[in-house]
Amino acid sequence: MAAAIAAHESGVKDILLLERDQYLGGILNQCIHTGFGIEYFKEVLTGPEYAQRFIKEIKKIPDIEISLKSFVVDLTRDKTLTFIKPGILEKVKARVLIMATGCREKTREMIHIAGTRPSGVFSAGLAQKLINIEGLLPGKRVVIAGSGDIGLIMARRFMLEGAEVRAVIEIEKKTRGLLRNVVQCIEDFEIPMYFNHRISKINGKDRVESVTAVKVDDDLNDIPGTDVRFDCDTVLISVGLIPENELIEMAGVQIDKKTNSPVSHELNKTSIPGLFVCGNSFKVYDIVDSVSLDSEIAGRLAAEYLRKKI
Amino acid sequence: MNKKLTCIECPRGCVLSVDAENGKLVRLEGYECPKGEKYAIAEIENPTRILTSTVLTEGLFLKMIPVRTSDPIPKSDIKKAMSEIIKIRIKRSIRTGDVIIKDFLGSGADLIATRDCSV
Repeated sequence: MAAAIAAHESGVKDILLLERDQYLGGILNQCIHTGFGIEYFKEVLTGPEYAQRFIKEIKKIPDIEISLKSFVVDLTRDKTLTFIKPGILEKVKARVLIMATGCREKTREMIHIAGTRPSGVFSAGLAQKLINIEGLLPGKRVVIAGSGDIGLIMARRFMLEGAEVRAVIEIEKKTRGLLRNVVQCIEDFEIPMYFNHRISKINGKDRVESVTAVKVDDDLNDIPGTDVRFDCDTVLISVGLIPENELIEMAGVQIDKKTNSPVSHELNKTSIPGLFVCGNSFKVYDIVDSVSLDSEIAGRLAAEYLRKKI
Repeated sequence: MNKKLTCIECPRGCVLSVDAENGKLVRLEGYECPKGEKYAIAEIENPTRILTSTVLTEGLFLKMIPVRTSDPIPKSDIKKAMSEIIKIRIKRSIRTGDVIIKDFLGSGADLIATRDCSV
C-alpha cells in the first residue's frame, strides 16, 4: 500500500493492487500488539491500526484499483502476471511491477529437530493467526523454540489466554528478538528462558507430549548429559524469517540462494529493470515503519522508471 | 535499591539505571528521551501496560475483533481485564477507535476496537 500510494503521488495514474487475502493489510492484521508506528506516525499503534491508516489513505485514490482474493500464480520476464480470483483466471501485463510479497517463517524441518511428527507443532505466526484471527487456542502447555519477536509476543499471548508457557529455548547466547519484547512478554510473565539450549527432540504419538532440550557449547554442539525434558502439548517454532520470492524467481530474477532475497546493489531493485521488490520480500525488517518508508522509495523508483521509458 | 530496567517505549530498548527508595524513584540514568523518564517512574511507582487482546463477534464479517486499552493500565489488573474481555460479544458494525467499554475496570482507560468490521 505504501508503495502504491507513493507511486501515485509521483504521478503514476493507473495502478492495480493485487491482494491474495480477503482484506488489505497483510500480516499486520494478526499483529494485534502495540509497538507499530512510532517512527512513521509518531504514535504507538497496533498492527491493525497501522494498516487501517494506509487502507483509509489508499481508498481515497480512485486511480488505484484494489483487487482482493487475487492470488498470483505466474509471472514472466515481460511482467505479465496471471492471477486467480474466485471464479476467474486473469492475465495482466504491467509496464512496471512492485512486489510486496513479504516473508515466510522458517519451519521445524529447517532447524532439524528430531523426534516424532505429532500434531501440536506450529510456527509462531501460524499460532498468532489461529488465536487472533480464528479465535482458536492451539494448546495449553507450550514450549517455544527460538526467541524471535513473534515467538516472544506469542508467549505473552498464550499466557493472557490462560495457557502456560513452560520455556523459551534459544540456541544463541542472547535473544534474537527486541529487548522490549523480552521485558514485556517474558519477564512480565516470569517465563523461563534457556539460552545456549536447543530442542533436540519432539516426543509424542498423536499429539506432542514433551520436548527434550540440550545445552550447546560455543560451536553449537550438544553437550552430553545436559538433557532437560519439558512436558507440553504444543511447540512453537520462532527461528526467523525468509523473504518470499518464488514469483520473481519464476520470472528470472537473480536470487541470492543464501538469503532468498533478490541479488541487488540498490534498495528495492532487481536484475530485471522495472521489476522492484519492497519490504520483507526484499530483506527482512524488524520494524514495519522502516518497511513503509523503504516501500515508498520503491513506489517513487517505479514512477521514475515509467517517466524514463516514455 | 539500584535496579536496571529496559525501556519498552520504542524498539531501541535503552537500559535505564534507577535508584528507588520506599517505592519512589530517586535517581535515573541512561534514558535518552522523555518517554524513558516517564517509563522509569511508572515502572517503579506503578507498573502499567497497554493490554491488547481480541473479542468474539456475533454475526459480523470477522470472527474476532482486536482490542486494546486506550491507555496503559496497572499490570496487577491484567488478569482481571482478560476475564472481562472473554465475556464480551460484539454484534454491531465497528470502527477502529470505537469504545467497547468505557472506563475499563475503573482504570480511566477505555477498551477500544483496533480494526474496522461491518456486519
